[in-house]
Amino acid sequence: MDLQMVLATLSATIKAGTPLLYVTLGEILAERSGILNLGLEGMMLIGAMVGYLICFLTGNPWIGVLVATLAGGAVALIHAFLVITLRAQQVVSGLALTMFGAGLSGFLGKVVIGVPIANYLKPVTVPLLGSIPYLGEIFFQQDALVYISYLLIPLAVFWIYRTRPGLHLRAVGENPATADAMGINVYGVRYLYTFLGGCLAGLGGAYLSLAYTPVWLENMTAGRGWIAIALVIFAAWDPFKALLGSYLFGLVDAVQFRLQAVGVAVPSFFLNMTPYLATILVLIFATRETLRRRLGAPAALGLPYVREEK
Amino acid sequence: MSLVLEKRETPSRALTFVVPVAAIVLALLIGAGVIAIGGANPWAALQEMFLGAFGTSYALTETLVKTIPLIFCGLAVGLAFKAQLWNIGAEGQLYMGAFAAGGLALAFPDGQSWWLIPLMFVAGFLAGGLWGLIPGLLKALLNVNEIITSLLLNYVAILWVQYFIYGPWKDPKGYGFPYTAVFGEGAWLPTFGDTRIHLGLVFALVVALLIFFLLRSTKMGYEIRVIGENPQAARYAGMNIARTIIVVFFISGGLAGLAGMGEVSGVIHRLQPVISTGFGYTAIIIAWLSKLNPLVTVIVSFLFGGLLVGGYSLRALGLSEAIVYIIQGLILFLLLGGEILVRYRLHWQRRRA
Repeated sequence: MDLQMVLATLSATIKAGTPLLYVTLGEILAERSGILNLGLEGMMLIGAMVGYLICFLTGNPWIGVLVATLAGGAVALIHAFLVITLRAQQVVSGLALTMFGAGLSGFLGKVVIGVPIANYLKPVTVPLLGSIPYLGEIFFQQDALVYISYLLIPLAVFWIYRTRPGLHLRAVGENPATADAMGINVYGVRYLYTFLGGCLAGLGGAYLSLAYTPVWLENMTAGRGWIAIALVIFAAWDPFKALLGSYLFGLVDAVQFRLQAVGVAVPSFFLNMTPYLATILVLIFATRETLRRRLGAPAALGLPYVREEK
Repeated sequence: MSLVLEKRETPSRALTFVVPVAAIVLALLIGAGVIAIGGANPWAALQEMFLGAFGTSYALTETLVKTIPLIFCGLAVGLAFKAQLWNIGAEGQLYMGAFAAGGLALAFPDGQSWWLIPLMFVAGFLAGGLWGLIPGLLKALLNVNEIITSLLLNYVAILWVQYFIYGPWKDPKGYGFPYTAVFGEGAWLPTFGDTRIHLGLVFALVVALLIFFLLRSTKMGYEIRVIGENPQAARYAGMNIARTIIVVFFISGGLAGLAGMGEVSGVIHRLQPVISTGFGYTAIIIAWLSKLNPLVTVIVSFLFGGLLVGGYSLRALGLSEAIVYIIQGLILFLLLGGEILVRYRLHWQRRRA
């Protein structure tokens, strides 16, 4: 493997990690508020399909990205209504969302299967930064959504740990009764972050269909929504660790893809298994760590909040 | 104004029966709306679906054919639910069962012996069960989230089976198509009359009864129920929770493996890239709808078999059968929401200052 190939693989790592990063960040926000949304796969698929379809219709990938983001948020509101207002079982509702999203994207996306689009999100080299040796090629010759994700992560860290709304978010996820007594609108906060989580999942999906591989295929997310759920645990609900985890999986993806391209002796079927097996391994490791270091999930995660009548 | 829930003094008995029916009807109506958005006549589509599933005797038998794997998978997922375990991996366990049973069939192409089919049955159960053991062991021993592991293993199992179909087990006389050779007839489950309904239906019904008695009349079943309803009490009572988790995942995976065995031995008669059209996922809804009453699981499986077969008939109208998954997701959403109404009254309340 020569240097050029290493750089190309690392650049592909960032690209492959970015959709995971958006989706994982979204789930971190929702789970921080106490809402477990297992429907990431479904919301990503809807985002990927809607983004592609809208880009195909308007010729503008950014309108596609925007509508996909809102579409992800919109379907997340179904989950929000069921589990926040109606206190429904969060796991089952998330599974329903996964099926619904897979079905809806497959059904409505049928018209654009195999239809190419001229405009998609192409790499844009950042002035100055893009010409840094090695690093420039890896980090700063990417598409705009990658750059937005660079900004989003520190912003999320700042938001969660250093601002008042972030404090409210954590309070609602850890102890909703106390948060309520402090005058925080528990239901409102949960709706907001479940919606935002859906938006970011939709955006991650749109990244797949408009930047990563500009094409729409049924079930093209191939389990990335589930990998993101595992990454949330790996990241211990921290956006910065989510970044590391996402790029780790981007690396797994990029390396196995590279190996397939150069035609190693391992059959592609086994190489294609690696992201899933790696996720399981990482999950085992992360579970042990969270238990050992008591980096628990938000205490109220998955539990409906019932306001005691006074 | 905000929506608030008010607990009913007693759960509404009427709604207990109305909610599931209403969920299915409403989901079909919303599905019709989506079909209209897709540009087709929704009423024609619904009619086509209904006739395609239940309208003719041929349709009915095809619905029954799909009912068989759904019963196995529905029981598999439901058994795990009963212990508050989420086995989202029935799909992969089905593929592993099909793989093991199919491997045996291919190893004995001329097998006319009486023991081949029973052996395939056992192999299907074991392979599915062992695949189910992975999330089970991880959950029981290391407390690893079984939802994620069981689901991710679906992708691994399907890739595993595909490797063999595209590689070492590919039919050399198959013109390069990704199929194994057709099994010898000794590996075919007998069918009823001219239909494609196979003996697996009888097995499925027997297994449903067995699971019913396992839960109702055995110590194991008692422990499963206690662990599911009140894990704290189970711990105080000194039950071995880890062991129960492992056994439940093994049996659950085994049942899903039987679905795979039935499909390849009874219907497809060879291995191919697509053995299940999401039976393992549909089973999640079946299990939730039927709350593991085996009789109810059988009936609900029949309804969902009809939904699958009806969905395929929409291809005739140029529509994607993905509508089936939309309707399935909607049924689950509506059911979840509806179940709340059984226990609570919903009304608008002016927000207090």
